[in-house]
Amino acid sequence: MTPFSYHKPASVGEAVGLADVSSRFIAGGTNLVDLMKENVVRPERLIDITGLGLNGIQATANGGVLIGALVSNAELAWASVIEQHYPLLAEAILAGASPQLRNMASTGGNLLQRTRCYYFYDTGTPCNKREPGSGCPARTGLNRIHAILGASDACVATHPSDMCVALAALEAVVHVQGRAGKRQIPFADFHRLPGDAPERDNQLAADELITALELPPPTFEDHYRYLKIRDRASYAFALVSVAAGLNLNGGVIQDARLALGGVAHKPWRDPAVERTLIGQAPTQALFTQAADALLQGAEPLAHNGFKVPLAQRAIVRALSDAALGAKARGATS
Amino acid sequence: MSANSPQSGEAHPLRLTINGQARSLQVYPWTTLLDLLREQLDLIGTKKGCDHGQCGACTVLRDGKRVNACLTLAVMCDGADLVTIEGLAKGDELHPLQRAFITHDAFQCGYCTPGQICSAVGLAEEGRACTREAIREQMSGNLCRCGAYSNIIAAVEEALPLMRAKANLQGGPRA
Amino acid sequence: MNIKTAVVGTAMDRVDGVAKVTGQARYAGEYPQAGLLHGSVVSSTIARGRVLSIDTAQALSVPGVIAVLDHAHRPRISSYDDDYSDADSAEGTPFRPLFNDRVLYSGQPLALVVAQSLELARYAGSLVKVEYLEEPHETDLASVLDKTHPAPAETPAPRGDFTGQFANAAVQVDATYLTANEHHNPMEPHASTVLYQADGSLEIHDKTQGTQNCQDYLHKVFDLPKEKVRVLAAFVGGAFGSGLRPQYQLPLAVMAALHLQRSVRVTLTRQQMFTFGYRPRTQQRLRLGADSQGRLLAIAHDALGQTSRFEDFTEHLVEWSGMLYQCDNVALSYRLAPLDVYTPLDMRAPGAASGMIALECAMDELACAADIDPLELRRRNFAAINGNEGKPYSSKELLACYDQGAQRFGWGNRRPQPRSMRHGQQLVGWGMAGGVWEAMQMKASAKARIDGAGHLTVSSATTDIGTGTYTVMTQIAADAAGARVQDVTFVLGDSSLPTAPLQGGSFTVSSVGSAVRQACLALRSKVLAHARQHYPEVGKAPVEKITFADGYLQAGNHRLALADIVASAPEGFFEVQVEAAPSAKRKPFATATHCAVFVEVQVDEDLGSVKVTRVVSAVAAGRVVNPKTARSQILGGVIWGIGMALHEATQTDHRLGRILNHNLAEYHIPVNADSGEIEVIFVEEHDDIVNELGSKGVGEIGVVGVAAAVANAIYHATGKRVREFPITLDKLL
Repeated sequence: MTPFSYHKPASVGEAVGLADVSSRFIAGGTNLVDLMKENVVRPERLIDITGLGLNGIQATANGGVLIGALVSNAELAWASVIEQHYPLLAEAILAGASPQLRNMASTGGNLLQRTRCYYFYDTGTPCNKREPGSGCPARTGLNRIHAILGASDACVATHPSDMCVALAALEAVVHVQGRAGKRQIPFADFHRLPGDAPERDNQLAADELITALELPPPTFEDHYRYLKIRDRASYAFALVSVAAGLNLNGGVIQDARLALGGVAHKPWRDPAVERTLIGQAPTQALFTQAADALLQGAEPLAHNGFKVPLAQRAIVRALSDAALGAKARGATS
Repeated sequence: MSANSPQSGEAHPLRLTINGQARSLQVYPWTTLLDLLREQLDLIGTKKGCDHGQCGACTVLRDGKRVNACLTLAVMCDGADLVTIEGLAKGDELHPLQRAFITHDAFQCGYCTPGQICSAVGLAEEGRACTREAIREQMSGNLCRCGAYSNIIAAVEEALPLMRAKANLQGGPRA
Repeated sequence: MNIKTAVVGTAMDRVDGVAKVTGQARYAGEYPQAGLLHGSVVSSTIARGRVLSIDTAQALSVPGVIAVLDHAHRPRISSYDDDYSDADSAEGTPFRPLFNDRVLYSGQPLALVVAQSLELARYAGSLVKVEYLEEPHETDLASVLDKTHPAPAETPAPRGDFTGQFANAAVQVDATYLTANEHHNPMEPHASTVLYQADGSLEIHDKTQGTQNCQDYLHKVFDLPKEKVRVLAAFVGGAFGSGLRPQYQLPLAVMAALHLQRSVRVTLTRQQMFTFGYRPRTQQRLRLGADSQGRLLAIAHDALGQTSRFEDFTEHLVEWSGMLYQCDNVALSYRLAPLDVYTPLDMRAPGAASGMIALECAMDELACAADIDPLELRRRNFAAINGNEGKPYSSKELLACYDQGAQRFGWGNRRPQPRSMRHGQQLVGWGMAGGVWEAMQMKASAKARIDGAGHLTVSSATTDIGTGTYTVMTQIAADAAGARVQDVTFVLGDSSLPTAPLQGGSFTVSSVGSAVRQACLALRSKVLAHARQHYPEVGKAPVEKITFADGYLQAGNHRLALADIVASAPEGFFEVQVEAAPSAKRKPFATATHCAVFVEVQVDEDLGSVKVTRVVSAVAAGRVVNPKTARSQILGGVIWGIGMALHEATQTDHRLGRILNHNLAEYHIPVNADSGEIEVIFVEEHDDIVNELGSKGVGEIGVVGVAAAVANAIYHATGKRVREFPITLDKLL
């Protein structure tokens, strides 16, 4: 690791006052310390935010919940309010990483995970995300794990989070604070597509800190599914994942959400596709149509063509499982 | 000397408890908990298998929860209560998991073993693994290249009720 | 004298168990010393070319950095190939670390930064700037198929008439199988701690499977007298072959220690664990011809493996196809393709793990083509004679493996048609394969010493890489000497101990175990001779009535503690050292271990995901010294086979010539959730020819056949024959 200085502010104001392009906030450290060891990220200052007290999970006035940015992934997945009312989120979190990492990783930090692209991690190779302008060897190199949607000439990386896929489906809102004040960012706008600036994963300014995550009032409490497909049974990043939520009434879909992980630079979602499900009976044919629609415009690379049919089938499976209901499919969380 | 030379980052005071013993140390901010344990305190039972949170060999218990010491900066452990593999046995009396690991031959080379055992202690503390399948999933953050998984599961299955009984006796946390 | 086997054959707990579960066992990189320096390796980022310059100024300016070594700044090392060869060398010019400006592969060590702390060394390493003159490289086996040459291996000569018999065979299979590069990835990274002694000698803790191999290498490379180099390996955190050759961290650490006259430790990073030996990628064509009853008429196995430009690595890849089954017309060939990569290296069941994938998948294809149950097909082709050597097997209870494995698995309930078994949404498949590995024996020495307290210390320079050497040698020694196990200490992992071969090839029990047994028997004779002189009641007893057991000599009604007998000797101890060699009895026979593996998979056809739910492995390996540790070896082998079938592949960007999944997140080895229920059966097998213990070794046999059995089960589940390994889910969509 390149040496750096360490600061532990006592307030959010103090923390954002210390922050600029040469600093990083640290909480769980599960991704940042890893990247620093690889010399991918070399901050001059680390700002330890674990003393800021952003640890609570509270009910909001409109019936939702506000999750402090420092709540660990494990605490969040096992919080009774999440298990009971947002089981899609719990299922997604528990599909990710390992128990140890989930104990360490924070809610806010999960949003800021960086891609698992081999080239990004290996400073012995070029990478536009790591060193803007150096090139993207993945586009024509080893790209089995890369994006099929929303990629650019500059970057074909994917976002690695499981939790974020569920958060996208649940339409969470990200609360941030910077020197200029506080703002709230709808989840769909939080992460970016790479375009010609793949070094930027999201909309945060250098001095902005995620303080909390807000979930709207509970929905999809019974009809949900987070389906993750990976190269081994556990402790592996998603090749494709699907977060699906349905509200059913009298055999008719009242509301639907559908988000994909492992296929793009951000959780992939299209509300227009979700709307096509509303008012319909949950059938295989309907889900297949939705899957095809969501994957329209997919541009696979040399080694990841399989992700298109895989995502298609995973969407149908996840929606079908969701339609069946958690009790019927024997889900525990 | 460049601005980035180690001298520019000061050593920070660190107070923590390791295996029941209070320690007062000075650490550089870039020293991981794993390197602190292994290089400065000679607590080499905590292993470095990958140094990137991808194998679980460095698993220790921080305030009762299992974490990867390799991705934990020591400076951020101020006030923490740490238990490593060296802190599980009471004198010559092995922890039930240590005993079960021997009985079931749940290791071969032994390098992942301290991490496996600490991880299983954390798993018991969490109280979320009720079936063999759940134990397999929740022990999947600890790689074993010798392939001792079947025996690890047998050992954990045997030790869990013993730990539960012990915890109930002492009014400890659910296991 | 009667030799009781009180302990051999029992499921004793590991004698090093407590040390391992309490964190007290110290591995190579865990020996502290005040003032110890830390080395960090700087690796090449190009695959081929020359180093133009290495700029170390910035690294050296970091306070606490002591030195940077590179090819232009290092102590003198030998320039002769021979001096770099070792007990597991491949043919050619061994790699010489920091020798000159040539870059032979991506990841090659180019410099060593030595600093006061590990963190400083690594940080300073990131400041070293290397300039290269790049040259075009080739790293893709598939792109050099026209640039191959015969492997310098003693492949058995063709026998009979393959071409004619294959052409006329009623049933034919002609299939090509591809296997991937795989890295050993023991959990403990390679490390060497060189403790520089006041007299200039070196005490080295190294991660190795051969302490004397490393000692000899250092002696030659650095022109150091052997007595000035002691290599130790008390605990080895897995190796699986990665420690068969001295790896580069060892000469680099020694270079730094000699240069600075200080103690130095070099531990490789996980990424650097992908910068030396590995199981090589292969392309294998199998042709099988059989009559309508499935009897093999013709077998051809043509293999191509990758190697480096500087060495020709060979393994026993195709031999198995000429020896496992009865067949009179066999043609085997083996070629190599040199690439700009590091030389491959023996990796758990080298050759057999890969070669048997091809043979046993092809046998499954033959069974389908002939419409014969795959197990029945193998029974019909059982060979009592090794056709490659024309020698009968000393023992081969493979039929018992078939029977007992099949019974335990429930093979009789298998529906032959692919896609005919289901469990909910999952397709269920049952597949099987056979396995074989040679039962070798090497020369080995051991020393046994008993003291006046009755304590028996037995020693040999062998290692325990997790296989259980400490434990099984203790058992063998206790029985041979008539001692109690708690009175026995087995000492290993030290180049100054009696000579032992590399720990590999499943021959440690047969080689070192025989030496231990002989040493202890000789020691017992000495104790007896003394007892007969010293104690008249023993002297009078007929020899055949005298027994040694549990630390006592029993002669009729007289019972004497061994401790007392030894204490009464003039020197107060007895000591014997022996060298054991393979017996001439072995000569007329072929010797091998065998297994039959049965696998159940569940395949989610929509998503391509495969789960191995059940495995039964039935093994014939002669006498099992310790059923507990031996079972663990087989369990581990099965996990390796699952990894080989479904997960493991080292991925190279051939344009960059660089391995890119060089970490444990993207190089997938199985996790706990990937392991199904695994049962191990050791069938009875008596063999008094293979060695005096009748024990054949179990380190490799557990792997062999597993990957093929998984692939065959996947075929049975899905009707898809995937011939490219690993069978990742994309290949099943």
